[in-house]
Amino acid sequence: MTILTFTLILLAGAYLAGLVGSLTGLGGGVVVIPLLTLVFHVDIRYAIGAALLASIATSSGAASAYVKEGITNIRLGMFLEIATTIGAVLGAVIAVYTPTNAIAILFGVILLFSASMTIRKKNQEALTTGSKASLKLKLNNSYPTRDGEVSYQLKNVGVGFSIMTLAGVLSGLLGIGSGALKVLAMDSTMHIPFKVSTTTSNFMIGVTAAASAVVYLQRGYMDAGIAFPVILGVLGGAFTGSKLLTRLDPKVLKYIFCVAISFVAVEMIYNGYNHQF
Amino acid sequence: MKNMASKKILADQDIEWLIGLQLRFGVVIASLIVLIGGLVYLTQSGTSAIPHYHSFIGTKAGLTTLGEIFKGVYTINAKGIIELGVVALIATPILRVAFSLVGFIIEKDKMYICITITVLAVMMVSIFGGSKI
Repeated sequence: MTILTFTLILLAGAYLAGLVGSLTGLGGGVVVIPLLTLVFHVDIRYAIGAALLASIATSSGAASAYVKEGITNIRLGMFLEIATTIGAVLGAVIAVYTPTNAIAILFGVILLFSASMTIRKKNQEALTTGSKASLKLKLNNSYPTRDGEVSYQLKNVGVGFSIMTLAGVLSGLLGIGSGALKVLAMDSTMHIPFKVSTTTSNFMIGVTAAASAVVYLQRGYMDAGIAFPVILGVLGGAFTGSKLLTRLDPKVLKYIFCVAISFVAVEMIYNGYNHQF
Repeated sequence: MKNMASKKILADQDIEWLIGLQLRFGVVIASLIVLIGGLVYLTQSGTSAIPHYHSFIGTKAGLTTLGEIFKGVYTINAKGIIELGVVALIATPILRVAFSLVGFIIEKDKMYICITITVLAVMMVSIFGGSKI
């Protein structure tokens, strides 16, 4: 295969990965890793490098729109970024000492978890009385809805912060945004309304990924020949996805994709178990 | 007092607007650099066979430090240009944190100035911790 053919096929694949990632809410980076390793037989380390870049690109692109709408809680994001960036740097350091097969298995497990998280019941209720810590850290805020501004408060700040550290470690170790864990920490633990937790999680993914991306760049995980089609393809797919989302409610599509992703996850675990990486 | 409050809200929205703009520009600029580098890469070596991506060679491929990348761009090395785009992409969210810091300084929010500096410090440890730039 020539470089031109490889680039074009990968570009198309990355576009689909970005589209699926955006429609399911899993993020483009997560879908890129199995695409590169299972389909193109690329070493998982190059796949992780490319996926991190895809995560930064899609999250920054989407965040620019959400921030302007005033849904993102910037203070909350900044506070939790302490946890995720420390975790991400730790994760990138641990990655050197972790066998690639173990990383593949862990990736599969997290992918299964993420897919199941996207079809769970979402927290729509705004909490009216938050904890002392949330008040002290100025984390309580309001966000615009169809019925006007809705104020919300939050609780379990410490537990949320701890889950965020774990999300950061996994992000650094696996090269993914760990959006599912981030939403779990904010949505289920800190009781933040769904809309705020998804946009704030997305806002944080770029910074979390950048923290470990620097380490990976210096270690040669980011190959130019792979990064080029992956960044442009995923970005294009995510853009198309966001346009589609405003016009249709992809509930059925989401279920189909989540089942497909689960099969991919099992394949990753199976191959990792058989030392295929 | 009322005047001060409205001024504060204005600053808050300005910063959010600025962050949104900076994120968008960062991604667009990075993608353009990657696209230019990619086109040069395809014209130069599009017909060659693909490298052995199934084995990882890490830093032996070069272009893992800013010095090497700038040198690559200067000599119109296609991969060097792509990696410059990669650096621009990674810099985008880091720059966003720096912008937020400016916002919190304008608002005189001491607690969040400290929190933002902590995040920036972690990023710096990550950048310089490998003792390679």
